[in-house]
Amino acid sequence: MTTADLAAAAPTDRAEHHYELLRQMLRIRRFEERCVQLYSATKIRGFLHLYIGEEAVAAGAMAALTPADAIVSTYREHGHALARGIAMHSVMAEMYGKATGCSRGRGGSMHLFDAATRFYGGNAIVGGGLPLAVGLALADQMADRPVVTACFFGDGAVAEGEFHECLNLAALWHLPVLFCCENNLYAMGTRIDRAHAVTNLAARAAAYGLSAVDVDGMDVLAVETQTRAAAEFVRAGHGPYFLEFRTYRYRAHSMYDPDRYREKAEIAQWQQHDPIDALVRRMRGDAELDDDALARLDAEIAAEIDAAVQAAEEAPLEPIEDLTRFVYAESRSHDG
Amino acid sequence: MAVETLTLGKALNNGLRRALERDPKVLLMGEDIGKLGGVFRITDGLQKDFGDERVIDTPLAESGIVGTAVGLAIRGYRPVCEIQFDGFVYPAFDQIVSQVAKMHYRSRGKVRLPIVIRIPFGGGIGAVEHHSESPEAYFAHTAGLKVVACSNPSDAYTMIQQAIASDDPIVFFEPKRRYWEKGEVDTEAPLSAAHPLHAARVLRPGRDATVLAYGPMVRTALDAATAVADDGRDLEVIDLRTLSPLDLEPVYDSVRRTGRCVIVHEAPSSGGLGAEVAARITEKCFSRLEAPVLRVAGFNTPYPAARMEEEYLPDLDRVLDAVDRTYGW
Repeated sequence: MTTADLAAAAPTDRAEHHYELLRQMLRIRRFEERCVQLYSATKIRGFLHLYIGEEAVAAGAMAALTPADAIVSTYREHGHALARGIAMHSVMAEMYGKATGCSRGRGGSMHLFDAATRFYGGNAIVGGGLPLAVGLALADQMADRPVVTACFFGDGAVAEGEFHECLNLAALWHLPVLFCCENNLYAMGTRIDRAHAVTNLAARAAAYGLSAVDVDGMDVLAVETQTRAAAEFVRAGHGPYFLEFRTYRYRAHSMYDPDRYREKAEIAQWQQHDPIDALVRRMRGDAELDDDALARLDAEIAAEIDAAVQAAEEAPLEPIEDLTRFVYAESRSHDG
Repeated sequence: MAVETLTLGKALNNGLRRALERDPKVLLMGEDIGKLGGVFRITDGLQKDFGDERVIDTPLAESGIVGTAVGLAIRGYRPVCEIQFDGFVYPAFDQIVSQVAKMHYRSRGKVRLPIVIRIPFGGGIGAVEHHSESPEAYFAHTAGLKVVACSNPSDAYTMIQQAIASDDPIVFFEPKRRYWEKGEVDTEAPLSAAHPLHAARVLRPGRDATVLAYGPMVRTALDAATAVADDGRDLEVIDLRTLSPLDLEPVYDSVRRTGRCVIVHEAPSSGGLGAEVAARITEKCFSRLEAPVLRVAGFNTPYPAARMEEEYLPDLDRVLDAVDRTYGW
């Protein structure tokens, strides 16, 4: 669907579309809420970075991309992966470190990967995904494929050198990269105005010659509309585009973060603009959603999560004998 | 004498505090070190007490942090950079290897870079790749850098102060899995009376075999020695402490007595510190060796997922198995 198609869509189609956006946001939130429980129960190990509060960005942006487009993500990527269409059971198995996970149990929470959906990975290194996106896009450009590479990263990444190298490269070579900056105002424990001289990140991107706008990242419809327009621009060969999604994470940076660097009132204030609540209110107002439909949706998602958890519980771990396998593509004895 | 029982993390915190008190030119800089107090709380409370101009929160820019430290050091400051996790040091690798290590040499000694780069390293906390790595060999390989690793609270307290007082750039490895382990620290002993920074230390004398370790594996080596003591096997445990320059005289003395040596580190064996140490021992003690010098190390793989970590990391059994194997020749 193009932007124009969307605007012209019949009310029933529009209602269906809104329902799907709501469904994706709820799947992400409930999935992560369950992950918190599973982490406390040590079913999930390693690190866990929650996306709760930011769901509108993943749901809205992924709705505006095509299956041929590529995604590059961050360590806070459960939402991106689910909204992109990696099966929930595959993501959950990866959280468990099971061999049936999308990264075969070796990636875990931060390194979800799925070539089938062109999801080229979470990345534990802040800013680490940007050069990768430039390379993917260059390959597409050289092969004349009308494909967009959507590269997600946070406000923290804007401070890294790679950000600046990559925006310049993408602009210089007119690469089809859609830079999706999720500005949640905090790089771990450091607020944006304590890390950036210029906190208007879209303005920073514009300085490299990119088309850049900021978007209300708590409004899934705004996210979708702006992403769709930006993706069309990129796909048409006009070069890269930069979207700054203004959003907020409700939870701490990770499960170990005591969250001492911000006021609870600030979190509560952002929760007033919760993207899920906002869409539910809007759909109810337009008679697109009633209590029964919402209850059905909740039940359906709970069942999906239960099934994913059960499958992950039952799935095998990679055998310990495999510890030294896949270090090299061409096998040889290397640990003698 | 004021002996306190401190965790290794708190000992580092106290050591940094003393360094900040002693010398107004000492600055701390790094990601989340100020208001948050660092991911591991090593700098907890220091920004509050010394101000945000001496305990500096930086953006996520490792190359920028270390490069800025070079400039500060040229102008007479003594910057202490915190790299948040071992695996985050690589963006700064260029600055460390190309600038920090070489500027003194390049200027024929005119420029001194009294920089400390603190890196929490190693696994054992259920973290994953980028957060559990042991990159010390990269730095020990680079002439112009000094590399040390502390293993206990007392050493952590003194070594961090000695490193900051040094006029050479020092990569300071902290065993993150041991941050919460407690030990006695004499916080009033003068620094001048402390064991020298670039000196190994025999932590447990023994007759039968020499076990070398540094950083997080020292505790493992000591535990292994304790475990076999009742069986009548008497292991000598030496904490290398300084990885560049290496201080191997105490090691040679030990190996000439025991004839057997096992080196333990978490980093992969290939090209690791153990290889260098084994080579030197062989060169110096060949006729006294009863068996080849053996290495107990991480496997030559990327750091594995959390569920495989226990299998990857050297443990007491692997250390003792290696000691046994030195008796097989």
